[in-house]
Amino acid sequence: MNGIQPPTIEYGQLMPLLLVFGAAIVGVLIEAFAPRYLRKAIHVPLTMLTLLGAFGLVIVQVLRDGVPTAAVAMGAIAVDGPSLFIWGVILVLSVVSVLLINDDDNFVASAAAVPGSPDEEEAIARGGAHTEVYPLALFAIGGMMLFAASNDLLIMFVGLEVMSLPLYLLCGLARRRRLLSQESSVKYFLLGAFSSAFFLYGMAMIYGYAGTVDLGGINDALGRVGGQDTLLYLGTALLGVGLFFKIGAAPFQAWKPDVYQGAPTPITALMASGTLVAAFGAVLRVFWVALGNLDWDWRPVMWGIAILTMIVGAILAITQTDIKRMLAYSSIAHAGFLLTGVIATGEATQNANSLSALLFYLLAYGITTVGAFAVVTMVRDAGGEAGHLSRWAGLGKRSPALAGIFAFFLLAFAGIPLTSGFFGKYAVFAAAVAGGALPLVVVGVVSSAIAAFFYVRVIVLMFFSEPAADGPTIAVPSAGTAAVVALAAAATVVLGVYPQPVFDLADAAASSLFVR
Amino acid sequence: MELYVPILVLAVLAAGFAVFSVAIAPITGPRRWNRAKLDAYECGIEPTPQPVGGGRFPLKYMITAMLFIVFDIEIIFLYPWAVAFDQLGVFGLVEMVLFIVTVLVAYAYVWRRKGLDWD
Repeated sequence: MNGIQPPTIEYGQLMPLLLVFGAAIVGVLIEAFAPRYLRKAIHVPLTMLTLLGAFGLVIVQVLRDGVPTAAVAMGAIAVDGPSLFIWGVILVLSVVSVLLINDDDNFVASAAAVPGSPDEEEAIARGGAHTEVYPLALFAIGGMMLFAASNDLLIMFVGLEVMSLPLYLLCGLARRRRLLSQESSVKYFLLGAFSSAFFLYGMAMIYGYAGTVDLGGINDALGRVGGQDTLLYLGTALLGVGLFFKIGAAPFQAWKPDVYQGAPTPITALMASGTLVAAFGAVLRVFWVALGNLDWDWRPVMWGIAILTMIVGAILAITQTDIKRMLAYSSIAHAGFLLTGVIATGEATQNANSLSALLFYLLAYGITTVGAFAVVTMVRDAGGEAGHLSRWAGLGKRSPALAGIFAFFLLAFAGIPLTSGFFGKYAVFAAAVAGGALPLVVVGVVSSAIAAFFYVRVIVLMFFSEPAADGPTIAVPSAGTAAVVALAAAATVVLGVYPQPVFDLADAAASSLFVR
Repeated sequence: MELYVPILVLAVLAAGFAVFSVAIAPITGPRRWNRAKLDAYECGIEPTPQPVGGGRFPLKYMITAMLFIVFDIEIIFLYPWAVAFDQLGVFGLVEMVLFIVTVLVAYAYVWRRKGLDWD
């Protein structure tokens, strides 16, 4: 009796993932054994080197071995072209976000202390700090990478949880406005757990239909299994709910403004960029790889969701008075724009075009988002970040450079030419038109116009209103924050003026599509 | 469909028993007032005092319970490996050691952060 074969695991291809997870575990050990005053000094280089090292490994792998053509670890994980590109994007965005996290002033001194209590004052006086944010962020980043590269629904669920659980915690660690932060953490946790349950239930249904959780296997079963369509449709719908929650598509978007507002701004930056990228990777895998031959059935529903998401995001953003909530609604609208690309499937070349456009969009949007939230961390008044839009009035007169950069980020969100947002939107919408989704593109352009209104309104507010007498001050940025703003602005310009190299890279990553 | 009849019967029996047990208790049971019945339920021991005015309250039991669950799950993963470890060979051993080390890292964190101290 020798029935069990040990599985083969391609450690070489999984190295970036293993490095991030390994460093996260080392981070926990540092928390356990290093003296308090040394922890941060160890964590920051460790985290940065890990992320840069993993990014280097991704590049080395592409240069040395090219794009792998088969799934690894017994078909559980697919390190294919799109995965490698998405890993690269997630790692770049994480490096930038960790530079922001590194700024001391954003995290609570003692998370367990009741807000406003003597305990909390004592913790602040003692200079307490939760250096756990670094290993937690590493776990979340590793989870994002796994989520986007999973080739099997079970691994995808593990990735989803590894990504989400640290984020739930991190959301509750804002230094100021503790109650709002705790509220966001609880809301995100409860709704996130709920959506995970939907995902699991959908997975069970699909397994009941196909007899496998392997994405390629599900696709094979589509043509083979008959008479179980109810299971398949229910499973698809439930899986969709779980995934659409993570990207914040309407009608599952309600958590996004609350969580983005309450979470510490560097964590918001990580969530708004990295999580969105990872979740779109997973959406593409489920709907293109596993359910690709079912596109006639899911496409009408996805049309509705995309239209609703774009409109809800654009219209509700107008009524917002808080800068972080406004950016959250803007992120919802962008999720809708991205969904038009997910819908635009067809022939292999059409799929490759859509995929390449989506990859470019994700990179362009992610980097601009981190930059915008970095600026938000710098505009402060006595109570911490000046979130209310009225406090931003006249910022352009006090601090023209910073307000100018922020205005530039907003224009990139709006998709004005010469910014990265223009080419991202253009590529996705062009792919959608080619894929026969012209009405969607019309809705997309109209909601872009609506969205442009509230972006421009903030710009007008910053440059053409009188500054308030007791207006917020611009904090002198730490080197990290300044570097983030500069990097994001540079990337937004370069991708907006000379996007061709990145387009070529995205084309190359997308050309072989997903492995099965 | 006939295949599912026993399951349905079982479900009906289970639901019936649950509803019957809950419904019959207030009708037939005696009602005697007792101060302990109004206290918070903490495994039958003296309940921890409630914080007055929104103070902190100890999470000793929760930490103990969480640790229990972690090791409980670890054991569940050890069982199948123990049954088939001769077939899994060196690979299985290495993977299991990796798994246990990962759990131990979490344990070390709890221990160093005084999660195991009762007071």
